[in-house]
Amino acid sequence: MPAPLIELRHIGKSFAGVHALDDLSLALGAGEIHCLAGENGSGKSTLIKIISGVYQPDHGEMLFDGEPVKAMTPIGAIARGVQVIFQDFSLFGNLTVAENLALSNELRDKRHVVSWRRVRRIAREAVAQLGVDLDLDADVERLPTSGRQLVAIARALMSDARLIIMDEPTTALTRKEVETLFRIVRDIQARGISVLFVSHKMREMLEISERITVIRNGKLVASGPTAEFDEISITRAMTGLDLTEAPYVWTPREALPPRLEVTGLAVPGLFSGLDLAVAPGEIVGISGLLGSGRTDFALTLFGMHPHYQGEIRIDGTVVRITSVQDAIAHGIAYVPEDRLTEGLFLSQTINRNLLASSYDGLARHGLLDLAQARRDAAGMIAAMQIATPTGERPVIELSGGNQQRVVIGRWLMKEARILVLNGPTVGVDVGSKAGIHRKIRDLAVEHGLAVLMISDDVPELVAHCNRIALMHRGHFEGVFETAQTSEAALADRLKALA
Amino acid sequence: MKAAALLRRSETVIFLVLLLAMVGIGLVNPAFWQLGNIFSLLRANIITGIMALGVLTVMISGGIDVSFPAFAMAAMYITLLWMLNVGYTGVALPFLMATLIGLALGALNAFFVHSIRMIPLIVTLGTGAMVRGFLLGFIGTSTINIDKMPRQLIDFAKQDLTSFTTEDGSHIGLTAMLLIYLGFALVVHVLLRHTMIGRAVFAMGGDKEAARRVGFNIPLTTFFVYCLAGALAGFTGLLHVSMIWLANPHDLAGMELDVIAAVVLGGASIFGGRGSVLGTMLGVFMLVMVNNSLIIMHVSTTWQRVVVGVIVIAATAITSWRDRKRAA
Amino acid sequence: MRHGFDLRRFVNREANLVQLLGLTAAIFVLMALLNEKFLRAYNFESITYIAPELGLLSVAMMLAMLTGGIDLSVIGIANLSGILAGLFFHSMGAPRGAALTGMPFGMVAAGVLIAVGTGLLAGIINGALIARVKITPILATIGTGQVYVGLALVLTGGPAIVGFPDWWDAIGNGKLFGVALPLVLFVVILAVVALVLTRTPLGVNLFLIGSNAKAATFAGIRMGRAIFLSYVATGLLASVAGILLSGRTNAAKSDYGTSYLLQAVLIAVLGGTNPAGGRATVLGVAIALVALMFLSSGFQLMRFSNFLVDFIWGAFLLVVIAINALRNRAR
Repeated sequence: MPAPLIELRHIGKSFAGVHALDDLSLALGAGEIHCLAGENGSGKSTLIKIISGVYQPDHGEMLFDGEPVKAMTPIGAIARGVQVIFQDFSLFGNLTVAENLALSNELRDKRHVVSWRRVRRIAREAVAQLGVDLDLDADVERLPTSGRQLVAIARALMSDARLIIMDEPTTALTRKEVETLFRIVRDIQARGISVLFVSHKMREMLEISERITVIRNGKLVASGPTAEFDEISITRAMTGLDLTEAPYVWTPREALPPRLEVTGLAVPGLFSGLDLAVAPGEIVGISGLLGSGRTDFALTLFGMHPHYQGEIRIDGTVVRITSVQDAIAHGIAYVPEDRLTEGLFLSQTINRNLLASSYDGLARHGLLDLAQARRDAAGMIAAMQIATPTGERPVIELSGGNQQRVVIGRWLMKEARILVLNGPTVGVDVGSKAGIHRKIRDLAVEHGLAVLMISDDVPELVAHCNRIALMHRGHFEGVFETAQTSEAALADRLKALA
Repeated sequence: MKAAALLRRSETVIFLVLLLAMVGIGLVNPAFWQLGNIFSLLRANIITGIMALGVLTVMISGGIDVSFPAFAMAAMYITLLWMLNVGYTGVALPFLMATLIGLALGALNAFFVHSIRMIPLIVTLGTGAMVRGFLLGFIGTSTINIDKMPRQLIDFAKQDLTSFTTEDGSHIGLTAMLLIYLGFALVVHVLLRHTMIGRAVFAMGGDKEAARRVGFNIPLTTFFVYCLAGALAGFTGLLHVSMIWLANPHDLAGMELDVIAAVVLGGASIFGGRGSVLGTMLGVFMLVMVNNSLIIMHVSTTWQRVVVGVIVIAATAITSWRDRKRAA
Repeated sequence: MRHGFDLRRFVNREANLVQLLGLTAAIFVLMALLNEKFLRAYNFESITYIAPELGLLSVAMMLAMLTGGIDLSVIGIANLSGILAGLFFHSMGAPRGAALTGMPFGMVAAGVLIAVGTGLLAGIINGALIARVKITPILATIGTGQVYVGLALVLTGGPAIVGFPDWWDAIGNGKLFGVALPLVLFVVILAVVALVLTRTPLGVNLFLIGSNAKAATFAGIRMGRAIFLSYVATGLLASVAGILLSGRTNAAKSDYGTSYLLQAVLIAVLGGTNPAGGRATVLGVAIALVALMFLSSGFQLMRFSNFLVDFIWGAFLLVVIAINALRNRAR
């Protein structure tokens, strides 16, 4: 039995006293397609950085071809054939495809003069290796994400790679592009190169990998051949959600018009023909594959696609939402996917973050009523159970879960009546996830909010939504009463869409 | 389609705009096309143009430099004073000296930008003020007149590529200094396009972190661009006074914004990663032509700044509109 | 994930002000030691007349930097405002003599309105180009700066406009309750700006925009309006600076105060403004202004030429920023 290509034994790594990785052991064979599954904050990226030599483990050891490696450096990793393709691809948008491909070669050969003919030759060979068609003279920034990824992979293959690590490679790809990627991955495997696929997208994991390892909170929670896993078991392992919680049940109250109703909603090129009605107190989940248009649907409700077609009704009245301010004025709140770049003001205090949308309303005669502002913020901190001694601390200090509460709390201060959440518990630790879901239920039940929850997490949707809509390529493929379906059925439906 | 790609390039657009402008001005006053005017137009490109090459390189790397006029004057003045003091009669050594002084000053910029990681605008504002202040405060403020200027410098700059005398006896010449400009332009172009350090400049301007990861030498590249800008400034300072026959250390103050405007007009991105020598030369030509055309059209040259400003606004408005369409 | 470095920097924001105060005190002591004339009342008095115009420009720069931009046209606006007022007075009254100097208060007030109106209009143009047309601030204000300076040049033909009414001179040289009028104006304006920044929605919005423009959009903040207004404010501040400058010197010229641009940037940055946006304090800028005025007046008293003072400004900025950067890295 040949030694595994890479073996990690009891790896531990901490930052500022917080465990990023805890007693993690993993083995990767040659020519193996292995998927590392875990949510944001699970320790995936730390693990990649250790394998690629950017970080040194605090405990444990790493073996390459059975030989222990003392202190791996990035150059050492590259020399051993480890190539990492990060999510941003590390390409130069302002340079051509050919140049991006040839650069590492040129640098490695310590060249001083550029021979464009040689550059083109190197690039042509690299692209031929991949079996794809790329315009060598195109500026990389003009390429779609899938094109850029191909360039990144081609570049990675150029240097006698033995292991290619891909960090969340399918994030911005359409279905067709994912298929191309998978073909390439299988080609790579056929050449004896291992691929470590780091992802949190279960469907793709199940499709492409031979072995899956699930990591959560820095620990290994499950590892084995892919055949032993299915969507639900992976998700459960990734999130640790214990589904002993009663699923969300909604009972219609008085005969009121739906809080939110869309009819024939469409934005050309993004989605069309959407019909959906959400009553106060409902939590409707929206799921679908990448490119399904669900985020754009949410953004349209939030006023970011002002030229939509179709109708939006709120409490029975037709409204025209042409700006974010419009949406907010109508009581629509949107909690974005990426709270760090889209939701939070990292350099500001918790209070400022909570009050960010409310300042206009807090002004009397032009001046802010600071005392009122402080009271409101304090009240919201209590209501959202944000774990902090005072709102004057910088928001960056909070954990992911608490930060998410801040973003949600911001909207509650505006007395939102429709809450649209995009990936509400992504990158939030398990304990906080439950708390956030409890809060959302509370808002729906006690305060009568209509809630739309976009998520990839089928168990989460089944547990916390009374209805689930599946979106695919800009249409609703089906809207199901949760009580009449199951995780497995939904998972199958989603798989069928692919 | 190659033609469409050619049309899309900013250099082509600027070239066409320039051509149109020249034709237009020529129609208003055919005196524009007189050789004397064309020669003088070309001559006016030289100093601004060489400086712009340095600024272009810095801008492509993602930085900015507003200290170069101060560096130019300082290098010039120190060199001249030394020449006058020792009675030096050569030409090559003074230019070399001025260039080296400029290079050393550029290294100062690079040090603060790279090692201290201060933003380039603030750094170069500081070093420019420092150097100009040092020059005028410690070294001297008096103009060196034509009678004191070293003869050989003047003679060097007087050389013409071709010349003729008009009927009324005035002497029109196409200065040979143009060759120096074109020479520098060629060198910078080759450096940027055909050497790894040039590609490093582009890579750094495109994505500094990725450039570091891929293995480019970021400190070396930083020093390269700022030292190049400084060296070119040093050389040009001495060339400038040789061409106008007097050395006033207060000179060239305020030209930094004009040069930056010219480089941006020529298609370079202020955020880094894009730009070309050809584009910069066209941008400089456009800038210089504004003043020239005002004279030709008998408009008071006090309008020069306004016209330049409006062109900058129009060009940047179009560029930002185009960039937004591209990102959409 | 912990961002230990940023946390400490946040906590140290107040510490930065204290450090700045310490620096100012140190400079004061140093200048006093080097210069017996430094401590004379006359010296401080003249500082109170000269500092405000630079201070207003620095606050203007701070405002532009708050949203991550910059305004390189402030000097142009200041000079243009003074020139337009001057031309108004010369045409309404006379180029010189009693008809000019003895102009009634009402006329002079009209002149003030013209000057301030210039700043307003210039600020509106800047704001529109940056917020609506979305030209990046450095390029937009390089362009408009050229236009404003250019217009000033066209209107004057080059030479200064000399001679303003007595009432106008009083703005630049007069006293109110025994304190220099420019200083009173400056402090009042400073207080207003501080109030707007900390106690109005617009002010807080500017901080949020500078901190994270994307999140600001998602939070429903009207970014375009806020940025537009901040550049209008910058223009207004610049025009008041122009009034003070021409009032004090009794003249207006298209290229006055070119070194003020550099100094305004330096003071804003020294005063703790983050050029990338999201951080600024009026108090910091005020203290930095005082520190640097002490520095230049001290050196001027020692008969250092203005050029040497420029040298010291430049060197000072670089040294202080270098020290700050190294200290931050050492933590």
